[in-house]
Amino acid sequence: MSRNVHRTPTASEVPPNPPTRLGGVDAIVAEGLEKRYRDVRALDGVSFRVRAGEVFGLLGPNGAGKSTTVKVLTTLTTPDGGRAEVAGHDVVRDPNAVRRSIGYVPQSSGVDRDATGRENLMLQGRVQGMSGRRLRARVQHLLDLLGIAEAADRVVRGYSGGMKRRLDVGLGLVHGPQVLFLDEPTTGLDPEARAAMWDELAVLAREELLTILLTTHYLEEADVLTDRLAIVSRGHIVVEGTAEELKGRLQGEAVVVELADGAIEDAAAVVRALEEVREVTSDGRLLRSRVADGARAVPTILGALDARGIAVESVTMHRPSLDDVYLHYTGRDFRAEDEAGGGGEDE
Amino acid sequence: MRAAAVHTWFMVGRQARNLMREPIWIALLLVQPMIWLLLYGQLFKRVTHLPGGGFGTTSYIEFLAPAIVIMNAFFGATWSGMAMVSDLDRDVIPRFLATPVSRVSLVVSQIVRSALTALIQGIVILLVALALGVRVHAGVLGWVVVLLAAMLMNSAFAGISQGLALLTRKEATMIAIANFIGLPLFFLSSTLISFRQMPHWMRELGRFNPVNWGVVAAREVVLPGADWASVGLHLALLAGLTVVTAAFATWTFRVYQRQL
Repeated sequence: MSRNVHRTPTASEVPPNPPTRLGGVDAIVAEGLEKRYRDVRALDGVSFRVRAGEVFGLLGPNGAGKSTTVKVLTTLTTPDGGRAEVAGHDVVRDPNAVRRSIGYVPQSSGVDRDATGRENLMLQGRVQGMSGRRLRARVQHLLDLLGIAEAADRVVRGYSGGMKRRLDVGLGLVHGPQVLFLDEPTTGLDPEARAAMWDELAVLAREELLTILLTTHYLEEADVLTDRLAIVSRGHIVVEGTAEELKGRLQGEAVVVELADGAIEDAAAVVRALEEVREVTSDGRLLRSRVADGARAVPTILGALDARGIAVESVTMHRPSLDDVYLHYTGRDFRAEDEAGGGGEDE
Repeated sequence: MRAAAVHTWFMVGRQARNLMREPIWIALLLVQPMIWLLLYGQLFKRVTHLPGGGFGTTSYIEFLAPAIVIMNAFFGATWSGMAMVSDLDRDVIPRFLATPVSRVSLVVSQIVRSALTALIQGIVILLVALALGVRVHAGVLGWVVVLLAAMLMNSAFAGISQGLALLTRKEATMIAIANFIGLPLFFLSSTLISFRQMPHWMRELGRFNPVNWGVVAAREVVLPGADWASVGLHLALLAGLTVVTAAFATWTFRVYQRQL
């Protein structure tokens, strides 16, 4: 299986930074990060840069190494190789400086469920060195901003999933960090709560002048939320760019043919032989391919299959999605990989 | 160092506030030790008259009360790791680890909270005992010794319990271990009956039993004619053990962090 590994852009290739509190510094620099858990290589040379003020996404299936990357960058664990800087501080040499500069919203909620929302926020602020009126005002501001002010003095146990998740985000923001890490911010939320969360995160990024790194295994989420994203697969960064760039690199359209019966290998051979078709892959009864012009190619494909007596159940055609980007760069299907990656618990 | 103390205070505050929201927990916390006192007090009432004696008093409740303070502190400690398991389960600990919070405070606060609970229970038990006619013969200093012994007793075993919580991270395992060590150490002590009434081998074994160190120290100051050298020795032993188990707990915390 061939893999198309792309080099991370060096500083000279990256356009200048937008104005933020971090000035012209890259908010996150990861260079060749490696991490092993016993005999599993969770990170196998992860490198990327996030500019100050950017919303950057790490997209990949479960088990790809996204959460491990976040654990290294938030100083929860130390890398076995490579180096990383967050907000200008080295994560290994100066972890406390990193911790003061970042907010971390873990994958599974880290709130104290037996305390109230306000108590959770107050304590988080205190361990970040805040106190008195400034802390109380900041907590109230966040409660209002996140729309949980009414529930502020109730015990978190009674919160809905969306409210709890918003409180998680609040906990990451209390001390006004420069960089916010969101590990799977909307996993476990229903679609409505997820959409609301997306809106809120977009507002926060603007209002708090934040650099955000988020991980997700939802392709739409990466598409909607991020300025730039990197696709992670098996401990590597496979490709990075804006969602539009990545999709744009896959010229043309994707055509998916569903066969009525199982003559998939024959069908793949037939379609591969056609001149206007590229990148044919088969998966069960599905035959995926990439064409320059779908309207012209589809009749050709169907004609060729019909001539060989291969029955077709359905055919669909669409503009490239991140799904296709993933397939293109890794040679694997995103959803199948996501399920194979395990229950989504950890990496 | 200052940050560690301040953060420990914050974390103890968090746990205390959460517990205050559990009225049933508070009720049991106060009532259960009294049940022990009244139940055992009645059940074994006459043992002070056994030939061979060794009780140092004819009032069994006076013999028993300081030991119940210790027993209660001991059993409380064997369960103290459960709160840590639940914090680990709910990822409260990793959330704090991404902040500059003192790492030590996350563990030490659990031990302090546990010891403070033992202190409050100890005061309640002593007050009930007072109402039942028990006199702390060494006076105010006696009260201090009993309560100090209870807190040290609790801290020493809370350290072990926290360590096990961090190593196993499973409630079922914690319960099994608490039961496995709890009852044998309890019965190998002179909590309910004087050492002189025990078989020789139990007496010898009991000397190495930390539960017994606490019972001896607390009982000396309640009964007439305290042997202060013995009190000092046993308190020192408990303090030493507390240092060792607290070190064990912080070591397990580092093990846990390495696995993240």
